[in-house]
Amino acid sequence: MKLSIERATLLKAVSQAQSVVERRNTIPILANVLIEAEGDTASFRATDLDIEVVDKANAHIERAGATTVSAVTLHEIVRKLPDGALVTLTDDSATGRLTVEAGRSNFSLATLPKEDFPVMATSEYTANFSAPAPVLRRLFDKSKFAISTEETRYYLNGVYMHVADADGGQVLRCVATDGHRLARIDADLPDGAAGTPGVIVPRKTVAELRKLLDDDDMQIAVSVSETKVRFATPSITLTSKVIDGTFPDYTRVIPTGNTRRLEVDANDFAKAVDRVATVSSERSRAVKLSLDEDRLVLSVNSPDSGAAEEELAVAYADEPLEIGFNAKYLLEIASQVDRENAVFMFNSSGDPTLMREGNDTTAVYLVMPMRV
Amino acid sequence: MTDTLGVNMSALCRDCLTTFDTTGRCLSCGSPRVVRHAELLDLTIAHMDCDAFYASVEKRDNPALMDRPVIIGGGDRGVVSTACYIARIHGVKSAMPMFQARKLCPDAVVIKPRMSVYADVSRQIRQMMDEMTPAIEPLSLDEAFLDLSGTQTLHGLPPAVTLARLILRMRRELGLTGSIGLSHNKFLAKIASDMNKPHGFSVIGRAETADFLRDKPVRLIWGVGAATQQSLDRAGIHTFADLLRWDQSDLVARFGAMGDRLWHLARGMDNRTVQRNAPMKSISNETTFHTDITDRDLLLGHLWRLCEKVSDRAKAKELAGRVATLKLKTKAFKTLTRRVTLRDATQLADTLYRHLAPLLDVETTQGPFRLIGAGLSDLCPQDQAERVGDLLDPMAHKRGQAERATDQIRAKFGTDAIFKGRALR
Repeated sequence: MKLSIERATLLKAVSQAQSVVERRNTIPILANVLIEAEGDTASFRATDLDIEVVDKANAHIERAGATTVSAVTLHEIVRKLPDGALVTLTDDSATGRLTVEAGRSNFSLATLPKEDFPVMATSEYTANFSAPAPVLRRLFDKSKFAISTEETRYYLNGVYMHVADADGGQVLRCVATDGHRLARIDADLPDGAAGTPGVIVPRKTVAELRKLLDDDDMQIAVSVSETKVRFATPSITLTSKVIDGTFPDYTRVIPTGNTRRLEVDANDFAKAVDRVATVSSERSRAVKLSLDEDRLVLSVNSPDSGAAEEELAVAYADEPLEIGFNAKYLLEIASQVDRENAVFMFNSSGDPTLMREGNDTTAVYLVMPMRV
Repeated sequence: MTDTLGVNMSALCRDCLTTFDTTGRCLSCGSPRVVRHAELLDLTIAHMDCDAFYASVEKRDNPALMDRPVIIGGGDRGVVSTACYIARIHGVKSAMPMFQARKLCPDAVVIKPRMSVYADVSRQIRQMMDEMTPAIEPLSLDEAFLDLSGTQTLHGLPPAVTLARLILRMRRELGLTGSIGLSHNKFLAKIASDMNKPHGFSVIGRAETADFLRDKPVRLIWGVGAATQQSLDRAGIHTFADLLRWDQSDLVARFGAMGDRLWHLARGMDNRTVQRNAPMKSISNETTFHTDITDRDLLLGHLWRLCEKVSDRAKAKELAGRVATLKLKTKAFKTLTRRVTLRDATQLADTLYRHLAPLLDVETTQGPFRLIGAGLSDLCPQDQAERVGDLLDPMAHKRGQAERATDQIRAKFGTDAIFKGRALR
């Protein structure tokens, strides 16, 4: 194999590969990226056995072939090469080395046989549809903060992507929860997405997927089966196993009887919460919200370190309410709001509180209160 | 250390508490039980250790046992928690597996520990110590560090005399004996109390600290167990003299924080203060089975009962914990420890069990097991526990309330008044 490729193109392909490979793994081949050269395309494939990413890039192929080399080392080298450099990769099957040349730099890297590289079994996808990158970006960006890290409830360690019935008909919906917070984000159902099986997309896949979604004009091809999910752009294909488990019935926990309505500027609210939480000494950082007519008082009272209080002008017309929250959870949901005011719907100080942006019900957040 | 030929030695009669400075027996009562040391009246840090505490309490309460070997411990499968001095002659030691102890000493009377009785006696001893100094650091029911600095003006007696008086009171009022180690820091005081057991009174002064330690093995250091001992052996460190040959920086480089401590201890230096009420770091209980267990349901039954014990203790201390730990010991004595960090601190048996049961499920293939344990650590006050509910488990709150109600019923009608079905497995 011998190919020449532009440094920037190579860097992009290799950086995606190196973030998929596991830093600490016991199977040497899994640290490697499989480079395949054919026609005018070089493809870079990496896997951790749960996720596989293939990045195809234009290259000048002098001699077709394939080999595998350490993804992290190759990435480090390419990263340090000067911008605009032309990089030549040459595989010498006699020595088992891959030569990386750019200008006067010359590297010789150990390789492993391409036959040893595990290629993820292809799946029969039961649903295929296409969605604009900004739509998927919103679905996953706004839900991923609520993904659980609890190992015992492994089925919460991802975003549940599924087709759901909403007021205006079927939607493509992403839900994540850790039991303390929940995010439910809806998007118009893309053509051909009806009948897509619900899948739990693992946390790491969500992070890798995010790298495909930066380009506003990109259409992402989505394929789903019971066991796998695939996201593809013309150059990058990300395939992932989904979490083998049942996502809990979240619809039961979304309250419908919360009637006490608070409307507040999300940014002012977040800043005030952050300020008063400064004096909190405990790990849980409890903040108390005291609501009275058009008045919200945020307070923290920690016996060890001190107290803080801040008042905000808000729209609130119900009977007075005192309710506590973990400051971190409040900041997280408040930061999801970017266009309109944040609207909180409370029931009692022991029940889950609902938050949305204005009257937009396509993004709904739940947060459990905290005893204060 | 005592020295019968010493000149300028202070002497203290342990029977009549007279101090004098001549050699030989007590001038006042003629007792031979005299402790002598040049620094006797100046040293202030002590370690008091009851002699074969549990066994001594049992013998006191049942004089028929007085001349018989007594072992406190549980069942065939447990370990020896205390052996009386007669049983020790046969080679029985604390922490030795019970079957081995029985083999060494077939005549021994084996008694199940009566912890509540020992705790009562311990409280009585604690009261006596409270009258001596506020700076008491109990290490367990039967031993404690005492700092008697500045108490001479209060009691009109040097610390050594106050300590000897404590031992006299323990013997007269409680019928128990204990040993005293007196020195200038905790490390040496603890070593000293062990030097002349039972009913000992040993002193390590500043002047002889270096000489005293030089040829002693490093395993004297509290906290140097088999593992540390091994890595010390590999470094060629067996005695304190070996330690003295090392630079401080080399010891730190090789053994980390422990290295720094070793460097200081080798020079008889230990600046840890006697901490009253050292905060509790964890609460755990474990049980050793009669016969090894593989069955998941049986294991879960034991786990639940342990969770209840841990939870009861946490509730009694008004504490909650953020880390739940499961401990298992396999048939081959391999110990497995699995822990999970909870998002919300808890003191509830139910919550603890629900987090530990899945950990047990993962490990059942490693069985059969001879021991199971449950624990809570990363403790905090109980008002910081169970503060956030779980969206996905709305019943958790109800179960918590049910557990509190169960606790109240038990407090009124006894532990057996009400229990969960899973406790019967």
